[in-house]
Formats: sequence, structure tokens, C-alpha cells
Amino acid sequence: MPPVLIIGEVTPDGDAASITGELIAAARPLADGLGVELVAALPGTSSQRAAATAITLGADKAYAVEDPFLDDPSAFDAHVAAAQKLCQEIGPSIVLFGRTITGRDVAPRLAFRLGTCAANDCVEVKLDSDQRLAALRPVFGGSALAWVRCLGDVAVVTVRAKAYEPLEADATRKGEVVNFSPGLGRDAVKSRLVERVKEDQTQGLRLEDARIVVSGGRGLGGPDPFVHLEEIAKLLGGAVGASRAACDAGWVPATLQVGLTGKTVTPDLYLTVGISGASQHMAGCAASKNIVSINKDGDANIFKEARFGAVGDWKNILPAFIEQLQELVK
Amino acid sequence: MPLNIIVAAKQVLDPEMPASAFKVDRDAKKIMPPQGIPPVVNGFDENAVEAALQLREIHEGKVTVLTMGAEFALDVIKKPLSMGADELILLQDPAFINTPDSFFTATVLAAAIKKIGEYDLIICGRQASDWDSSQVSLGIAEMLGLPVITLGRKIEVGDGKVLVQRVLTDGYEVMEASLPAVVTVSNEFGEPRYPTLRGIMQATRKMPTTWTSADLGVEIPAPQLELSDLFVPERDRQCEYIEGSDEAAIGRNLALKLREAKLI
Ligand SMILES: Cc1cc2nc3c(=O)[nH]c(=O)nc-3n(C[C@H](O)[C@H](O)[C@H](O)COP(=O)(O)OP(=O)(O)OC[C@H]3O[C@@H](n4cnc5c(N)ncnc54)[C@H](O)[C@@H]3O)c2cc1C
Repeated sequence: MPPVLIIGEVTPDGDAASITGELIAAARPLADGLGVELVAALPGTSSQRAAATAITLGADKAYAVEDPFLDDPSAFDAHVAAAQKLCQEIGPSIVLFGRTITGRDVAPRLAFRLGTCAANDCVEVKLDSDQRLAALRPVFGGSALAWVRCLGDVAVVTVRAKAYEPLEADATRKGEVVNFSPGLGRDAVKSRLVERVKEDQTQGLRLEDARIVVSGGRGLGGPDPFVHLEEIAKLLGGAVGASRAACDAGWVPATLQVGLTGKTVTPDLYLTVGISGASQHMAGCAASKNIVSINKDGDANIFKEARFGAVGDWKNILPAFIEQLQELVK
Repeated sequence: MPLNIIVAAKQVLDPEMPASAFKVDRDAKKIMPPQGIPPVVNGFDENAVEAALQLREIHEGKVTVLTMGAEFALDVIKKPLSMGADELILLQDPAFINTPDSFFTATVLAAAIKKIGEYDLIICGRQASDWDSSQVSLGIAEMLGLPVITLGRKIEVGDGKVLVQRVLTDGYEVMEASLPAVVTVSNEFGEPRYPTLRGIMQATRKMPTTWTSADLGVEIPAPQLELSDLFVPERDRQCEYIEGSDEAAIGRNLALKLREAKLI
């Protein structure tokens, strides 16, 4: 019986990255529904430990896919070739990847090699009554949701990070760990990494990890007002984000962009100033626990998703807001 | 060395239409075209046209734009020509419907690229703003056996190679591949140029070439992804608007409210 395969990820320290457990959680009901094995693959240079972890997280069998060419998350060519070799070996009916830096490039390319295409960036997967895989994905920038059915011989899906909670780890679970060496050659690699440059100089708190995020948009009118947002972030121990409009205008670095094509944030408090709430922006922040917005337009879309709203010009609202905050956090 | 560059561009519903104009016909599994809001060239594809034009300025050569669909708004889809592209090829056929099945789209585009025959670089936008699938470019590369580098914000060509600065979450990485290659670009590449008056005049005189599925000799592949439902998600948050005698008071009351709700 063709198994369900998840392609997990291995951290630089050799652990299973969190997406691995999320994918196993997404795939477990599929494998059980089909009555087949759930196989996890962990590609890397040294992935034995991660493979063993995958068993404790709910996989029936785990492949430590090891090759010197799999030494980097951006070694897409090698990752595609390795996944293709593994699929030839085990012939899965469903392959799940995370929609991560690696999965985003690798999953579709594998799919095309297998004669199909991927269902990308899915937030839910299930079996239809005819046992076909159906996947729910945001489309049109998040304005709509679509169920798509995978009709090919193999279904390839990328699952959005944090869409599934990992199952509780159970150290007593038994499962076979298999060493699999795809034996990649230079010919598998068509593009080469020349250098990597870190530009985000933010000290300390990463936007993605912050419990409080203060984001500014086009309504701020220029780069200078962002100092107010920085002040708020500092007072509350948060980080500053921005809409694409503010990034494209060059007011703040592109690394601050929140949204569909920027970062996904899920803080307890997401405070926006001068952001209209376009669906593509909301795609990166809608899962925040509380959205609070300052905007001069009471009909702005952002208020449809906000818990609290302050309608008015930020120039008048922010100074008093900051003053009051200072008093509160003193 | 002059460069032959192919850009794949798509006509899409304006993704920045007001939320109130966005309506889904759930039975037909279609977005209802908004009244009075014309379609646009997919934004990232305009970035791709811009990238191609900049490379042509340095290396000379030719920029050919390929677009696939059942129907086009000609004045919209000719925009790459008015920006300065040399040729526009419409892959137009009643069978070329707008579908989330990227296997189909990539098959047709790859067939057209084969028919063009001579190319050094294929540039695509990172994703189309309707289905947001971000994989047609990858499919073209796989079907033609070409290297592919995604999320470019800067592209350089020299010595038969392409060097691409790829966007990362905290910076960028430089990737290199031999030509011919596929590269996708993101908005970080920079604003696409506005068509000049002269460009618009020239574009009105240029007629696009049209190829049907018969011209391409392409067999329509078996469907791989089928849309089974399309709907607008429910949003049931009730926003509590903060009151105050003036805007400063609203600001103060907002801070107090955040404390009361234990958010700070
Ligand atoms: C495929 C695609 C991907 C995209 N990806 C992203 C993404 O990842 N992230 C993203 O953010 N966007 C993204 N966008 C762009 C998105 O559609 C919007 O254009 C963008 O989010 C708008 O940014 P904004 O809200 O800052 O600007 P606007 O929409 O112009 O809103 C500005 C707001 O500021 C308010 N305002 C103005 N002056 C004041 C004032 N003095 N005081 C208070 N309020 C004021 C206005 O009422 C308005 O609501 C994407 C678009 C596409 C097509």
C-alpha cells in the first residue's frame, strides 16, 4: 500500500525542526483514513536523531535521508533530487512538505517531476469521500478560501507553518529508522550559493517571536513617524513591523514587512497605525490574538478584524497614547 | 552578448480592489468581476518586465512577453509593451481558462517557450495575486530542464551565467546558475517603470502575436488540481471603538483600555 510521506526538516543542531511534528500531526489522520503507513523523511547531512524524534511524534517509519549535498536549507536542487529518489523507493500516494524556505521551492519542483503540481500554502488537509486528498488554501491574497482536490497519482502539498499543533511526543512509540543515502552527484545541482548576507540588524527581539508588534503603514506619511512606533515597542517590550506600502516606499527595511509575501506574526497584541488592512497584509497578522488599530478612516478594513479601534489622525492620537503608556508602565 | 529574455505575465483581477467589491459566486466557484474596476497586469510580473528591461539596457537584446488566457483586456495586457517590451505573445484559446491547476498552465507556457526556441533568461513574478500558487515558474523550469532561482531582488548576467540576489527573511543570498535559466522576482526588485507617452503610442501600433493550443501543438494534460469550493471566510470580530472628547482623549483612553484588557 502506498504510504503517506512527510518531508520534515532538520535544524543545524541535528534536531527535528518544529514543522516536522506539525506535518506528522496533519498526516496522521490521512494515513489512518487510508489504512497505510505514515513515513517521515528527514533530509540533511546528519539526521538520525531527527528521524528518531519523528517516530516519537507519531510517524510509523522514519528515513534519515543523508547526503553531503543536503547541507543547507537553500540547497534546493539537492533537496528536490533526494526527495525524488526517496519517492521512487517508497512510492507514496501523498507527500506533505512545510511551506518553509525549503518547502516553498522544493515541493512544487518535486511535484512537477512526478507529473503533477503542488497544492501550496494549505491550512487544512483531509480525505474526500473518494479518498482523494483535499486541501484548503487561502487565495486572492487571503480574501477567499479554496478547497482544491489533488487528482494526480500522487498528491503533493505544502502546509503552512503553525497550521497544525504537533502531537504529544511519546518516547515509548516504536518505529523503524532507516538510513537512506540518495547518493547525489554534482549533476543534481544546477545553481550554486555564492554568499549569504544578513541585513536585518535588529538587536534582540525578532519580529516573528515578539509578543507585541507595532506596525506602521502608508498613513504614517514618511520614515520619521516610525520613531513613535519604536518608542511604543520599546515601552511595551515589542517589535516594529510595517505594511508593504511602507517598505516599498523605503521608509523602513523590507525585512519588516508583515503579510502574505512578508513575515507571519502571531503576537498577543498587534497594534497598527495608518494601515488599511488589505487582505494581503492581514494574511500575515490575522492570527494575532488581539488586533488594535489606529486609523483616520472608521470604515477601513482593518477595523473588521480589530478588537479595539481608535478612529482619528495618528498625529493627535499617538502623543497622548504614548504619554499615557509611559505612566502605565512606570 | 545580446540577451533574449522571455517574461511570463498574467492578467488578474485588481488585487487591491476594496474589500467591499470582492464577491464570490460560490455555485460557479468564481470571483465576480468587480463593477468598474478593470483587471491589471499581476504586480510581480510588472517587476519581472522591469527586470528584463533593465537587463536589456545593459546587454541589448530582446524582451518577449508571454501571457496565457481565454480572454484579455487588450489595453491592460499591452502594458508591458508600453513599458518598453519588444514583443507580446498572447496564448489565447477557450481552453486556456484561469485555473489553480499550475500543471496545466506550466505545460502550455513551456510549450510556447519551446516554440520561441531561442532564449537566455525566463523571468516570472514570484506568484500571481489571484491563486497565489507561486509554482508556474518552477514548473516551466522543471519541464524545460532549466536551473531556477526564486525571489530575486537583483539580477546580473555575465559569462553565460546569471547571479541573483535572493530575498531572505533577514537579508539576502546570492545564487548563481548557468544560462539559460528561470528567475522569479519579488517586489523588493523595485518599482516597475511607468509607461511613457511615447511608449504608449508605440504600444498602440504594435499588434500582439496570438498562438492557440493548435499553434502550440500542445496536448491538454489530465487535470491535476481541481477547485471544489471557493468562499469568503467569515469574520465575526466586533470592533470596540474607543471614545473620547477629542483625538488626544481617544489616545489616552486607548492606552487605558489596553491595560484594562490586560494586553499591556
Ligand atoms: C500579491 C500581493 C502581495 C502583497 N503582499 C503584501 C504583504 O505581504 N504585506 C502588506 O502589507 N501588503 C502586501 N500587499 C499590498 C497590499 O495589497 C496593500 O497595498 C498594502 O498592504 C497597503 O499598505 P497600507 O495599509 O500601509 O496602505 P494603504 O492601503 O494606503 O492604507 C493607508 C491607511 O492609512 C490611513 N491613514 C492615512 N493618513 C492617516 C493619518 N494621518 N492618521 C491615521 N490613519 C491614516 C488611511 O485611512 C488608510 O487606511 C500585497 C499585494 C499584492 C497584490
